[in-house]
Amino acid sequence: MYRIRLHGRGGQGMKTAGRILGSAFFLAGFEVQDAPRYGAERRGAPIFAYVRAGRTPILERGVISRPDLIIVADDHLLAMPGAGVLSGAQPQTAFLIHSHEKPSLWRERLNLQGPVFTLPGLPENELRFRGAACAGGAAALIPELNIDLLAEAVQEELAPLGPELVATNLGVARMAYASLAAHRGAVHEGGPVSAGEYTPPGWLTLACEEPLLSAPAIHAAATSELSQTGLWRTERPIIDGSRCNRCWWLCSTFCPEGAIQVDDERRPRIDYGHCKGCLVCLAQCPAHAISAVPEEEAAAQGETP
Amino acid sequence: MTRKLLTGNGAAAWGARLARIDYLPAFPITPQTEIIETLSNWIEGRELECRMVTMESEHSMLTAAGAAAVTGVRVFTATSSQGLLYATEMLYTVAGWRVPLVMVNVSRGLSSPITLEPDHNDVLAMRDCGFLQLHCATCQEVLDNLLIAYRLAEHPTVRLPVLVNLDGFYLSFTREPVLIPTQAEVDRFLPPFNPGSIRFRGGEPLSEGVAVLEGAAYSYFRYEAHLASLQGIRVYEELGQEFAGLFGRSYTALECYKSEDAEIVFVMIGSFATKAKEAVDRLREAGKKVGLVRPRLVRPFPAAALRGALAGKKGVAVIDQNLSPGKGGILHGELASALYGMAEAPPVLASFVGGLGGRDISSEEFFEIHKAVQRAVSEGVNPSPRLLYTEEELRGVRTMQSVARAADTKQGGGA
Ligand code: SF4
Ligand code: SF4
Repeated sequence: MYRIRLHGRGGQGMKTAGRILGSAFFLAGFEVQDAPRYGAERRGAPIFAYVRAGRTPILERGVISRPDLIIVADDHLLAMPGAGVLSGAQPQTAFLIHSHEKPSLWRERLNLQGPVFTLPGLPENELRFRGAACAGGAAALIPELNIDLLAEAVQEELAPLGPELVATNLGVARMAYASLAAHRGAVHEGGPVSAGEYTPPGWLTLACEEPLLSAPAIHAAATSELSQTGLWRTERPIIDGSRCNRCWWLCSTFCPEGAIQVDDERRPRIDYGHCKGCLVCLAQCPAHAISAVPEEEAAAQGETP
Repeated sequence: MTRKLLTGNGAAAWGARLARIDYLPAFPITPQTEIIETLSNWIEGRELECRMVTMESEHSMLTAAGAAAVTGVRVFTATSSQGLLYATEMLYTVAGWRVPLVMVNVSRGLSSPITLEPDHNDVLAMRDCGFLQLHCATCQEVLDNLLIAYRLAEHPTVRLPVLVNLDGFYLSFTREPVLIPTQAEVDRFLPPFNPGSIRFRGGEPLSEGVAVLEGAAYSYFRYEAHLASLQGIRVYEELGQEFAGLFGRSYTALECYKSEDAEIVFVMIGSFATKAKEAVDRLREAGKKVGLVRPRLVRPFPAAALRGALAGKKGVAVIDQNLSPGKGGILHGELASALYGMAEAPPVLASFVGGLGGRDISSEEFFEIHKAVQRAVSEGVNPSPRLLYTEEELRGVRTMQSVARAADTKQGGGA
């Protein structure tokens, strides 16, 4: 059975990529199970999806713990332990990463043993097609899939978007497919866990603990500050100090995250550790002093938030 | 007939569409909303002739569903978790009206703490409300059982509402291949509703839910609802056979998987049961005589069938994806009462609680459950109930607790 896990952020099309792959496998005659996994739906937050494809009806369910292929739509996630991208990676697990960096760099940086492939980062205006790119790239690596199945799957999954967007997605998927076509067969099906030889789950017997500990309450103040929601951001708002006329700080008032503070000199300052990039501030600023820069570009220019 | 990838929610919507539902009162809640969205798109596109009404709460939604059912139209609705609980009063009330309707519940754990992920405490909290309960393990079963549910609810000796349960995420958002029968095929199994005597009309007086202020009359009506529910077992089996004749997929009150010659049997309900099947296959490869018995019907409870399927087994592991605080796994208690006093009752009836709030039960854990039951069988002692939990999970919770300063006796977060 093929077990594929896709990692991205809410809004980056990983559910769609999983569905395209699922459909391609289904069209190739496989039994398929695909599903997205997210908590409260939120744009920009790390999410994942998974696809299983086998020759007999699939009985496994839920999160894939030992993936044969890990697809990463956003290479920033690799640096976030909370995103769990590397979880359960086996020595033979293949990686497909949407990244400007070279595969060798990721192999070294993450100490990966299996094959690593990258999909050249899409230009900014095409980033929204990265789901199609990831599906196209993955299809190239799997011997039972081919370009026709991929095209049919894209058509089937994206038809509601209209013919124009289907065509663009298809173009992106085909390009990704072509770029990796030489590596056909690089992903191998894994086997099930053996009941004869396995690592026991490490059960423990829970003790009855005092309610102060065992009731679901947060006693500490401002714990949300510890959660770096700034990592969800895909667009970075930047205030141009020369244009900001320190109106009556509409940006700060409207920021739903409370991420804009006004400093002693009455200048608005964005807390990039928690700004989620919703750009409400940009829309509110009467002086048009706030612009949006793609996070990847801002990072590439070495601007540390 | 077409075979397509559908989510559990999509399968539920298809089931309702093919049942030619007339009336759909709705209120949104995750993870059920996609069912109503799908149906509303079809209604808007005139692919489904149905009256949909958005209500202000689940309590009103159930009231509307019951009131419509009294007029003899085919009613469908869906909810989940807190929504189901909010409708509790009307679930009991409407069941007492003895009119058919079908409701889907997409299982999701209950507050507190809040979760979006599944377990069976929501649906089992409605165990005693009078609705029949069908529990599905696959997306195909969701579609098929919706069709069967209408026949069951509308059956002249049953005439009770039916709840069809599917697990959030593991079925609701998971696509699997599903055979969608054609409308003509479905019409042969489930013809348009002939309500017979169920026909409340403005001009024809009818009082529903009347008061009976003395015990004998009250008891009579409650006993009758119970007896009608029990008839549901036979009726479900008959319908399952009829369904198999037309569609080739058979449904019985119990699914028995490799349990016939098994010495040790897993018992569980819902979609995690397919994980148990996977574990059964792996354990069989390792030479273990193990199987699975999965009740599809929880109400009425197929006690006789369970006695038959478990007679002579050496050990049974009941895996409950629910927890009744202060008692334990609900299914375990139900099964114990069904097996008590039976000559060939399995000597070991072990209880495992797991899968709460979407927590996974891994293959390795099924292997360990099997091992624990095997040990209990050879030692001749019934093991104490086990709450499935790992050291790694507790480490994760300890981290959360330290962030939350849960152990800090100076409460209020002052540093
Ligand atoms: S984009 Fe602007 S409004 Fe949105 S979170 Fe960031 S600072 Fe606040
Ligand atoms: S809304 Fe614009 S002008 Fe007003 S304080 Fe913010 S950045 Fe400056």
